[in-house]
Amino acid sequence: MDSAPVTMKLESSWVQDKLFLGMTWNDYLRSQFTKFNAVVAIILLVGIPVIIYRLVFGLGPSTNLSDNNPWGIWIGFDMLCGVALAAGGFVIGTAVHIFGMKEYSFLFRPAVLTGFLGYLFAIIALTFDLGRYYRLPYPMFVSWGVSSVLFLVAWHVALYLSCQFVEWCPAIFEWLNMKKARKIFIKATLGATIFGVCLSMLHQSALGSIFLLMPEKLHPLWYSDYIPLFFFMSAVVGGIAMTIMESSLSHRIFSKQIKDHDPEHLDRVTLGLGKAASVCLFAYFFMKVIGLAHGNTWSYLDSSYGYLYLVEVLGFVLLPALIFMYAVQNNLVNWVRNCAIFTVLGIIFNRLNHSIIAFNWHLPLDERYYPHWMEVVLSVTVITIGILTFQWIMNRMPILYDHPDFEPENH
Amino acid sequence: MDTSRRDFIRVLTGLGVTASLSGVGTARADSGVLPGFPNQFGVLVDTTVCIGCRRCEWACKEWNKLPNQKTLREYERDQSVFQKVRRTHDDTYTVVNRFENPRDPSKPIYVKKQCMHCYEPGCASSCFVKAFTKRPIGPVTYDASLCVGCRYCMAACPFDIPAYQYYNPWTPEVTKCTFCFDRSSQEGQIPACVSICPVETMTFGKRTELIDLARKKIGDNPGRYVNHIYGEHEVGGTSWMYLSAVPFEKIGFRTDLGNVPIPTMSKPFLSLVSPVFIVVPALAMGLYSFKKRRDQLEKDDLKKALEKKEAK
Repeated sequence: MDSAPVTMKLESSWVQDKLFLGMTWNDYLRSQFTKFNAVVAIILLVGIPVIIYRLVFGLGPSTNLSDNNPWGIWIGFDMLCGVALAAGGFVIGTAVHIFGMKEYSFLFRPAVLTGFLGYLFAIIALTFDLGRYYRLPYPMFVSWGVSSVLFLVAWHVALYLSCQFVEWCPAIFEWLNMKKARKIFIKATLGATIFGVCLSMLHQSALGSIFLLMPEKLHPLWYSDYIPLFFFMSAVVGGIAMTIMESSLSHRIFSKQIKDHDPEHLDRVTLGLGKAASVCLFAYFFMKVIGLAHGNTWSYLDSSYGYLYLVEVLGFVLLPALIFMYAVQNNLVNWVRNCAIFTVLGIIFNRLNHSIIAFNWHLPLDERYYPHWMEVVLSVTVITIGILTFQWIMNRMPILYDHPDFEPENH
Repeated sequence: MDTSRRDFIRVLTGLGVTASLSGVGTARADSGVLPGFPNQFGVLVDTTVCIGCRRCEWACKEWNKLPNQKTLREYERDQSVFQKVRRTHDDTYTVVNRFENPRDPSKPIYVKKQCMHCYEPGCASSCFVKAFTKRPIGPVTYDASLCVGCRYCMAACPFDIPAYQYYNPWTPEVTKCTFCFDRSSQEGQIPACVSICPVETMTFGKRTELIDLARKKIGDNPGRYVNHIYGEHEVGGTSWMYLSAVPFEKIGFRTDLGNVPIPTMSKPFLSLVSPVFIVVPALAMGLYSFKKRRDQLEKDDLKKALEKKEAK
C-alpha cells in the first residue's frame, strides 16, 4: 500500500478499480474507519508484537509447553479445528461437481475460498508452533519420513491447498479480467475436485491417526482404532455446519453485492444442508457407539472423563442431529443456522478433547497443560488476519455473484 | 534387502502416486518378516543393586557436555532431588528416582531412567523427516540437522523420554540419551553411565545374552526378583531392560503399555492410502459420468418435447 501513490499516477484506473474498490486513495482510506476495523486494529496491535516475541525469544517464554506436554492449542485448536472446519470446500465441491447438485453450486466459490483460507491460516499458525519454522519444507524436499502419519498430513495438506487454489483461480482471473487463463482453470476444476476428495479423505482422517501412536497417553474413551473414521466423519459434519454459518453470514454482510439475492433460495438450500448435517451427525453418533463397543470401554463411562465424553457425544453430536432433523421437518431455517453454530462448537470441543483435555490424562493436575495468554493472543491474531483476508477478497472478487462479463461456469 | 528401492516404492505409495504400481512389485518386504537386529547391544539394570549415588547422572552430563553440570561430590551429597519423581529434560538425559520399598521401608529402591532404545521405536515412526534411526547395534539416534521441531516424537514416546530445548529460540533440538553411540561406534567403549557405576547395577552386553543373564539371576535367587524382565517384550522389546524386587508399577514403570510395537498402531491406516487413490477417483468419475448422461438425456427429452409441440 505504501507504493500506491506512485503507481496511481501510472495506472490510476487499474489500481483504483481493483484495489480501492473504485475509490480514490483518500476516499478508500476514509472508508476504512469502521468499528470493525477498530477492533481489528486493537487485536493486531497486541497480536503482532506477540508473534514477533515468539519468533525472537522462542517457544519457552511464549508458551506453556513442556516436555510432558509438547502440544498445545496451536496444534489442538488452530491446526486440528482449523482443518476440520475448512472441510466445507471439499464437501460442497463433491456435492456440486461430482453428485451434480446444481442448486448448491452458488455455495461452491465461498466454500472453496473459506476452505483455502482455513488451510492456509492453519498452516501459518502451525509455523509458529514448529521449533524451527524455517524448515517447514523439509518433509517435501530434504528428508522423507514415509512411515510417519504426519508425513502424509504434510504432503496432503500442501497438495490440497494447491487443489483449492486451482478451484479458486477462476474467480481470481475474472477479477483480473483474464479470459483465457480463466477458461483453463475452469476446465481443471473437476480434476482438482476429485483429487481434492482423495486428499481430504486421507488427511482429515490422518489428523486423527496421529493419535494412534499414543495409546498410553490418550484416554481410552477417545483412543480408538476408528479414530481415522471419526475424524473424517466429523470433518464432513464440520464442513457442512461451517458452510451453513458462512453462507448466512456473508449473504447478510455482503448482501449489496448480490443483485438477484433470493433469500428463499438460500433458505431452501440451508434446509438441505441441515438435512445433510443431520444424517452425517447420526452416522457419526452410531460410529462413536460402535467405537465404544469395539474398544469395550463402556466401564470408563462412569468416571469424570466418562461424563465429559457423554457431554460430547450426547450433547454435541446426538442433540444437534435431533435438532437439525426437527428443524428441517418443520422448515425452521433459523434453528438450522443456530444449530450449525452449536455443531461447530461441538467439533472444536471434540478436537480439544483429543489433543488437550483427555490427553495425558494419567498425569497429576499440576503437570497438565493449559494455554499461556500469548498462545491465545497469537491464535486470535492469526484468525483475525484470516478474516481480514477473507473480507478483502470478498469485496473484490466475484465470489458470491456471477461476474457480469463472463458466462456462468458450466459443469 | 535393497532398502533404497523399497523406500522409494514406499515413498511413492505413501503419496498415493503409484497406486497402480504397488500390485506389480515382486516380493514386497514387510518389517514383520525382516529379521531385525539380532546382534544389538543392550543394558540390564538390576534395581535391587542400585545405591542411588547418581554418579551415572554426573557421568552422562560430563560425557555429553550438558549444561548446568555440578561436581561429582555435589551429586552424591544432594538427596533433595529424590523428593520428587523426575523425568528427562533438555539438560538431563538420565535421572535416578527413589521409590519406597514396600518390602523393607528402610531400604528405598533407586531406579535409573533414560531412553529405552526400543526395538521398533515410536519416535522414529512418528518423525516426518526421518531424524531418528535405530542402529543395528542398538542405539536409537537423533539427527538434529533434519529436525523441524514438530515434537511428535515426544508425544509418541511411550516412556516420555525425548525433551525439547524450549528456551533456544533459533536452533532448538530434541534431546535424549544416545546410548553413547559416539563412544560405542568409534572407540568400542561402553556407555559412560555403565562404566562409572560403583556397584555394577548395569550390565552392558549383547541383548540376547542379557536376557539369558536376567533369567539366570531370577532363577538363582528365588524371592529376590519378581519374575519379569521389563523391556524384554514391552512395546515390542527394548535394548535397556530392568529387573526388580517389587512389581514394576510400584517403581515408576508403566505396565499397561502392552507388547505391540508403537509403529504397528498406524500401519493399518497408512496401508489405506493407495486403495483410496484407486477407488475414490474411479467412483467419482463414475458418478460424474452418470450425472452427465442424465443431464444429456433430460436435454434430449426436452428437445423432443419442444419439437413435437412445434410440429403440432
